[in-house]
Amino acid sequence: MSKEIPLWEVFIRSKNGLEHRHCGSLHAEDAEMAMNNARDVYTRRNEGVSIWVVESKNITASSPEHSSELFEPATDKVYRHPTFYELPDELKHM
Amino acid sequence: MSEAEIKSLEAQFDAKIANDQKIEPKDWMPEKYRKTHIRQISQHAHSEIVGMLPEGNWITRAPSLRRKAALLAKVQDEAGHGLYLYSACETLGITREELYDQLHSGAAKYSSIFNYPTLTWADMGAIGWLVDGAAIINQVPLCSTSYGPYARAMVRVCKEESFHQRQGYEIMLSLCNGTDEQKEMAQDALNRWWWPSLMMLGPEDKDSVHTEQSMKWKLKRKTNDELRQQFIDQTVPQADILGLTIPDPDLKWNDEKGTYDFGAINWDEFWQVVKGHGPLNKKRLDDRRNAWNEGKWVRDAAMAYAEKQAQRKTEAATAV
Repeated sequence: MSKEIPLWEVFIRSKNGLEHRHCGSLHAEDAEMAMNNARDVYTRRNEGVSIWVVESKNITASSPEHSSELFEPATDKVYRHPTFYELPDELKHM
Repeated sequence: MSEAEIKSLEAQFDAKIANDQKIEPKDWMPEKYRKTHIRQISQHAHSEIVGMLPEGNWITRAPSLRRKAALLAKVQDEAGHGLYLYSACETLGITREELYDQLHSGAAKYSSIFNYPTLTWADMGAIGWLVDGAAIINQVPLCSTSYGPYARAMVRVCKEESFHQRQGYEIMLSLCNGTDEQKEMAQDALNRWWWPSLMMLGPEDKDSVHTEQSMKWKLKRKTNDELRQQFIDQTVPQADILGLTIPDPDLKWNDEKGTYDFGAINWDEFWQVVKGHGPLNKKRLDDRRNAWNEGKWVRDAAMAYAEKQAQRKTEAATAV
């Protein structure tokens, strides 16, 4: 069997003013071909004005096993939200 | 992992799905869930890819530039749908090459309907109208299935699929408003595609081995028989507008049930085609295998070029 063709993740900016969003992945030999394929596979109906392609092996992802240590500390820090602070009703513009 | 630990993980997993939470690639999942999803998503991807062949047959002979552009765009969409689905499937830990191998070796299935021939231009109309119509009925519920990558791919597919059905129906409409000969051609296509389209929605519930588990995982949200009834109920009035006759003498409206009653489906034919004895099973697989084998030198050349470019870049960087 020949070598696996590398996997790429595709991110599309749908219009100026919005962020690039992950929309899927594809296989391509190099960045240039990944870009061409991304255009054909993910923007056939004007879905984008800008494309990023990133080879999947370059992405470091968090693991669901570490979810609690990563994300739970934030849940008991209610003082990070504006509604935590009790202020008089007559107070305006705040 | 001990058996008790697995049991507890399974309970959490089932609860998650029951609460309409999605399962993402790195989450823990039962092995059976993974396997079933690989089977279904890959079958779905293979169907999109093999589905290009019957229609590709008519691209060069489309009756006008407008029809040709639309058919090309439709076939290109199907390639795209296959690629979204293969990517979704690969997140479950199987490689693209393995998936292709399963298709080419005959180990994996694809939708049986693509083993029927496309004899006339009217078949392009009937396929868009009926085959894509049945596919939409199958696919819309999958937009809310439990596996995240599959659900996201299906949202994209469904957005694009509606054009396929409309362009098919428009072809039928033109033929039915044309000469007697053209209308006959449309009727002939309906006669040939009607029953395979009903079979496309899968075996009857009493014979469907995967339904119960698939319903639990939201891999299926309605049973095959429910989907088939829905398809018939919405398609009969569409045939009336065309002035065509559905080739089923037992088809009639049931006032009490509020649905159509229909005749017996020839399930022997269905199983024959599934087992590889349809009119074109061999040709479809041969065409796929040939495309893959004859494209090998292109893939190898692209890979060699990419490697050479990367090597030159490193050499240039070290030379400075």
